[in-house]
Amino acid sequence: MNRAVLGAVTVGGIGVGVTRWLTSRRTKARAVREAGRWMMVTINRDPDEVVPDGRLPEPLARLGDTIEVQVREAPGGRGTELGARPLRPVPAGVGEVLARLEGEDPRQAVRRALRQAKCLIETGEVLRPDEQPDRPTPTGRIVDLAAQRAGGEGRL
Amino acid sequence: MKALCWQGVNELTVERVPDPRILNAQDAIVKVLLTTTCGSDLHLLGGYIPSMRAGDVIGHEFLGQIVEVGSEVRRHKVDDRVVVCSIIGCGRCWHCEHDMWSLCENSNVKPALTEMMWGSDPAGIFGYSHALGGYRGSHAEYVRVPFVDYGAFSVPDGVDDMNALFASDAAPTGWMGADLGGVRPGDVVAVWGCGGVGQMAARAAILLGADRVIAIDKYPERLAMTERHIGAETIDYTRTDVIAELKERTGGRGPDVCIEAVGLEADATGPQRVYDKAKQRLGLELDRPFAVREAVYACRKGGSVFVLGVFAGLVDKFPLGAIMNKGLTLRGAQQHGQRYIPRLLDLMDKGELRTAHLATHTMTLDEAPRGYDLFKNKKDGCVRAVFRPWA
Ligand SMILES: NC(=O)c1ccc[n+]([C@@H]2O[C@H](COP(=O)([O-])OP(=O)(O)OC[C@H]3O[C@@H](n4cnc5c(N)ncnc54)[C@H](O)[C@@H]3O)[C@@H](O)[C@H]2O)c1
Ligand SMILES: [Zn+2]
Ligand SMILES: [Zn+2]
Repeated sequence: MNRAVLGAVTVGGIGVGVTRWLTSRRTKARAVREAGRWMMVTINRDPDEVVPDGRLPEPLARLGDTIEVQVREAPGGRGTELGARPLRPVPAGVGEVLARLEGEDPRQAVRRALRQAKCLIETGEVLRPDEQPDRPTPTGRIVDLAAQRAGGEGRL
Repeated sequence: MKALCWQGVNELTVERVPDPRILNAQDAIVKVLLTTTCGSDLHLLGGYIPSMRAGDVIGHEFLGQIVEVGSEVRRHKVDDRVVVCSIIGCGRCWHCEHDMWSLCENSNVKPALTEMMWGSDPAGIFGYSHALGGYRGSHAEYVRVPFVDYGAFSVPDGVDDMNALFASDAAPTGWMGADLGGVRPGDVVAVWGCGGVGQMAARAAILLGADRVIAIDKYPERLAMTERHIGAETIDYTRTDVIAELKERTGGRGPDVCIEAVGLEADATGPQRVYDKAKQRLGLELDRPFAVREAVYACRKGGSVFVLGVFAGLVDKFPLGAIMNKGLTLRGAQQHGQRYIPRLLDLMDKGELRTAHLATHTMTLDEAPRGYDLFKNKKDGCVRAVFRPWA
């Protein structure tokens, strides 16, 4: 995808290839507007490297039609702003807390995939955390839980 | 392999842990030859940095030999003698490309905690809690080094191990304070703290052309070392009013650049000592900002204050009014080592930067808990305890 063309079609915040990819899901998308905010990362590469021919980076592609995606050129030569959000309704209130503890809030998977996509595109691989010596203690377990979930949490 | 593990507040033990493995194609495994204590570890020991897990291997300032490389490693090979930056940087995100390596966007694989605490996640650091990536540290026989092409630097033949070691952390941290603090020829620079970091900041200020460099601490042996090896003037903060003394020495202006190299466990004289220590115990305040406060009051109008000391969260009674009304610039950062290490190794090669004097104590890894006791409590003139895992 040519950068100038992409710049022109991203007025609405959605790149050409991805727009096409999304059209079929437009109805669904409307139904779950509550899915709420886009989670965004900025990737230090041109849009045509982030979504070559409209193809999504592997970690996001794996989430298939459970998400919607937007791509736009970042200002100031900072590369590409890549956003995603789950199409299925996200839990709220107490349900949200429980789902997140279980790692089942759909936003967690989306956040993780966005971060992995960024690392993959910028560095060529998804960086893996170090292996932990296995000796769980009570406080260690809390840290473990937080650490395990950390790729899918945060403000992103 | 053998490693020094954090077990709880002020509790370290030497344990057997599994050897690290190559997990990414851009990793290397480094056999650790020298690894040293840093003031930052004291904040882990004291329990001020959240998300440590019993069994975590600590240590982040080290030098060693590459023993294994992943399939995508291009700039290094087995047997290279390297000093490794304590901060992990991918080299290709926007911040790495702009030489702000400690803000790398890809190296903290556990970003949630720091995003919650600070709004976004800084780079991963070896042996520095799960908030900063959960990487195993260097106080071990081996360590996995991710993105090794960017974080490891071959040591020139003319530089010995003990000097090169401090190009990992103390020297680039100090250099960054002077550089990003904006030190220019003719400046008067004050540095709070005469530990490894403060001494390196003072030396950097001198090499960047400062006219006078004044370093502040209370330990006579550290003050003497700073005068002798660094070439800076000193002030003992327990014997005089630091702000008044600095005014007197600077024609009433105050220092142009003030570098804080003390951190969240700062010590103080007078009532603030009791006030902040009590609040910190009660959890009402996370960090004790004595030296930063003093630097802000001492700094000349329009000057700059650079915070090298580590802070974790909130401070109390912060003189924002002085910053605003005196037109000060306040900055801080974890070190952008990859930006400075080649130049520092070069300066070491030329004999303009010497660091080996910081290594006041050398011992085996088995003795590391004792090394931390000496370092933490500043016993026996300890400035840095250096461990040799293979001795
Ligand atoms: N920004 C970074 O990337 C980076 C890197 C390394 C270390 N650090 C931080 O730098 C700080 C210093 O590290 P270090 O290894 O030199 O530690 P250190 O413990 O060896 O030295 C700290 C020194 O500060 C002195 N001090 C305490 N209160 C003071 C005060 N009110 N005024 C003047 N001096 C005072 C102590 O006496 C001590 O000599 C620590 O907070 C450490 O975490 C930051
Ligand atoms: Zn350090
Ligand atoms: Zn990076």
